[in-house]
Amino acid sequence: MENNKNIALSVKDLKTYFYTNNRCNKAVNGVSFDIEKGKTLCVVGESGCGKSVTASTIMQLLPTLSRIEEGEITFYKDDEKINIEKLERNGQKMREIRGSDIAMIFQDPMTALNPVFTVGFQIAENLKYHTNMNKKEIREKTISLLDDMGIPLPEQRVDEYPHSYSGGMRQRAMIAMAMACNPKILIADEPTTALDVTIQAQIFELMDNLKKNYNTAIMLITHDMGVVAELADNVAVMYMGNIVESGTADDVLRRPTHPYTKALLDSVPVLGRGRNQDIQPIKGSTPDPYDRPVGCQFAPRCSFADNTCEVMPEITNISSSHDVRCHKYKEIFQY
Amino acid sequence: MTDKNDIVLQLRDVEVHFPVKAGVFKRTVAHVKAVDGVDVDIYRGEVLGLAGESGCGKTTLGKAILRLVEPTKGEVSYISPEKDMTELTSLSKKEMDPFRKKLQIVFQDPHSSLNPAFTIFGSLEEPLKKYGVKSRNERRKIIGDLLEAVNMRREYMDRYPHEFSGGQRQRIGIARALCIGPEIIVCDEAVSALDVSIQAQVLQLLMKLRKERNLTYLFITHDLSVTEYLCDRIAVMYLGRIVELCRSEDLYQNTLHPYSEALISAIPVADLDKKTKRIVLEGDVPSPVNPPSGCPFHPRCPKAQDICKSKVPPLKKYTTNGNEHYASCHLIDLPEVN
Amino acid sequence: MKTNSLNKKFDKIRFLEENNKLVSKDQNRLLNKFLNNKLAVLGLILFTIIILATIFAPLLSPYDPLKVDLRSMRQPPSLDHWFGTDNTGRDVFSRVLYGGRVSIFVGLGSSLMAALIGLAIGCYGGYRGGWVDVIALRISEIFTSFPQIILVLLLVSITGQSLTNLFVIFILTGWGGMYRLSRARMLSLREEEYVQALESFGISTFKICYKHMLPNALGPVMVMITLSTAMFILTEAGLSFLGLGVPLNVPTWGNILNVATDIVVLQNYWWMWAPVGIVISVFVLAVNFIGDGLRDSTDPSQQG
Repeated sequence: MENNKNIALSVKDLKTYFYTNNRCNKAVNGVSFDIEKGKTLCVVGESGCGKSVTASTIMQLLPTLSRIEEGEITFYKDDEKINIEKLERNGQKMREIRGSDIAMIFQDPMTALNPVFTVGFQIAENLKYHTNMNKKEIREKTISLLDDMGIPLPEQRVDEYPHSYSGGMRQRAMIAMAMACNPKILIADEPTTALDVTIQAQIFELMDNLKKNYNTAIMLITHDMGVVAELADNVAVMYMGNIVESGTADDVLRRPTHPYTKALLDSVPVLGRGRNQDIQPIKGSTPDPYDRPVGCQFAPRCSFADNTCEVMPEITNISSSHDVRCHKYKEIFQY
Repeated sequence: MTDKNDIVLQLRDVEVHFPVKAGVFKRTVAHVKAVDGVDVDIYRGEVLGLAGESGCGKTTLGKAILRLVEPTKGEVSYISPEKDMTELTSLSKKEMDPFRKKLQIVFQDPHSSLNPAFTIFGSLEEPLKKYGVKSRNERRKIIGDLLEAVNMRREYMDRYPHEFSGGQRQRIGIARALCIGPEIIVCDEAVSALDVSIQAQVLQLLMKLRKERNLTYLFITHDLSVTEYLCDRIAVMYLGRIVELCRSEDLYQNTLHPYSEALISAIPVADLDKKTKRIVLEGDVPSPVNPPSGCPFHPRCPKAQDICKSKVPPLKKYTTNGNEHYASCHLIDLPEVN
Repeated sequence: MKTNSLNKKFDKIRFLEENNKLVSKDQNRLLNKFLNNKLAVLGLILFTIIILATIFAPLLSPYDPLKVDLRSMRQPPSLDHWFGTDNTGRDVFSRVLYGGRVSIFVGLGSSLMAALIGLAIGCYGGYRGGWVDVIALRISEIFTSFPQIILVLLLVSITGQSLTNLFVIFILTGWGGMYRLSRARMLSLREEEYVQALESFGISTFKICYKHMLPNALGPVMVMITLSTAMFILTEAGLSFLGLGVPLNVPTWGNILNVATDIVVLQNYWWMWAPVGIVISVFVLAVNFIGDGLRDSTDPSQQG
């Protein structure tokens, strides 16, 4: 994926370590991916794999007791190349980028909005800080944003408080806030996990439209393979701080090559496959981050592991779009 | 196959209404109609799924069966293997005790389901003490056996909850539900808070235990992919009522109610070959305080007609594929069965 | 950019971790957090020194605190009398030690009793609600809003000065805070699923409330006990200083301070009031540090 014109953000060998309780937790330990304009990259993994930390790192929203150890985060803004990892966390340049060029929406819409300010005020804040619009223009833009995001009666809703919004509406309001300055990249951290299924469907439709209408690059973090199948153009599967497999949705879902990806797909009941589908749970559980296995992190739970797996595998290109990090993939998966 | 005449739990017209109090004098101004008239028979040995979104009342119904929440109307009756029927809702707290042995519950949140101040042994021995296991050694033996039954080591009983992962805590919760030998277990979103790969482990465990101990499950969930795999029959709830109740296969292949249709189509499917056209419903999941007139689903229903706005559709019985199939919708074009 | 010291600290931790020098010991995290808090440890040390000193008073000082010796009135500190002597020749050091016994006993004792009463009522009221809770709430409000001084004056004028009076007053005015604290904890604890599990087994309300839930409500209550102790000691000192507290023949820290009402003593005989004042301040500070340390270590949001 060397065509720079289509890439909005490029992450190379990113390592983010946490230093709480006087221990070193290598939450993200060498992660590389690209986010393409107008496409959705789904980062899939279970809890503890480091997907949320990756997002926080890109936004430079990490807690105090952590830092970016190594790696590059390159943001391709128009004709500029900005190295985010070099910027000061709360410096002016980073704050300019945050919210207007790269925006983020979070998992729990109940707590992501400030209960003591109106929704309109919170969206307007974003516009006030990043643009030169006057009060009237801001109000009009806010109302049109709420309308675009599918909130009925936006002229009324703009002056209401978050508690009078339902969960789905709050999520839409958050998306409106994030999209206010037309960001090049939208990072969505499990945006529908806390929502009902029928509301999820609405939000998916909304995000699909954002891609088409605004050419936004979307990085969607989730644990749900179903969401990946619905929305992803590209997929990156994470486990314990590394990307174990990445490629287009077609590559990863139809030709899963890493044992973890395959095991994950086999352990989830899929709608439409009936009562006799064969569900195989993955044996064992995710290791303690402070007591990690040597080499490949998935080896203790992998049915195909042997001595060679005591060395961390390098990334292999299976095809121009499909990468995998495994010693044994050639023996296991013949597609 | 379960014997249709072997009913273990019978619910008739169960309602759970919570009063909304306002004003200085705390007068009741409205009711949250969490459960608004539920009739269902649960057969011995079956896995009955109870599915729906937030606010539909499924968790409240599960708790009402155990009387953790008191039904404001209606009867919940237990029928013993000898066919003695007891109306649980009319019993006093003391009289409920022998029936509490038969009905148990597994909760959703592994982080609050165990008392952090007690060891596993301390938490699990309490019900054993109450129901007659007098000697400490015997209690230790029973708890050890229970832990092994849920694929954990006996020694774990002397550890504290914070030393275990979410999946392990959930298994301990299952061990607790089993400790006095119940017949029926209400699983209230028992796997929803777990990681995807752990969910499969716990589901397999639940199935194994069901076979070994001849249990009946009421499986409450919002995840219709899991119910298709796990359940014999499924009841879909919306705003406090059951809108469809049928065999699991029939729900997915012969869906009768528009809400069930929309619910199933909204589920993201992890299979690129199975992407179907999604029915996207308008509007939000309504609040149970002010349910709409007539059919509670009509404001969001893509097929709503005039009759739907004025008349509440009763739960009628039909037949699909030779099986019983209940649904409450005015627009169903099948002959009603008695 | 990160400060250099933070970066260096991180580098050190990372080096140790990568060389397997850091092993997660299965320790009590609460204890660890507390011990990491330097002020809390200092508080604990000072607190222990003072308490031990008052307990071992007979070993530390040969003098009877009540013994009047008019020949050695108003002596400045010397090897014989470490803190000097007071107006009637009593050894100040032993008065401070023995006085500490009473003050700490009153402070800690009434704090514990208030906590006991507050917990007993608060736990049940918070868990069950109902009219018990409503009535207790109203009563506690009445008691807490009552100004202590008025109560003290009332009781003193009826029954005279006594230690028991102080006890009673402190407990009456103190239980309300404990009650509200434990009640608030119970309100959130009763939604926990393990409580519902116990209910589903039909376990009795008393058992659920006092055996299973109460241990989880103790955290903030323990902190409040330490802080109330400090507050009661100060109040006792104040009341005794004003002559409203313990009768003058029983030494307490407040009583000893009483001499400072005399401007002559204040100016010329500093050893009669300064040491005891410092001891009170140090003790109260120490208790506050311990209380803060306990609060921080039981707060899950504080990063270690």
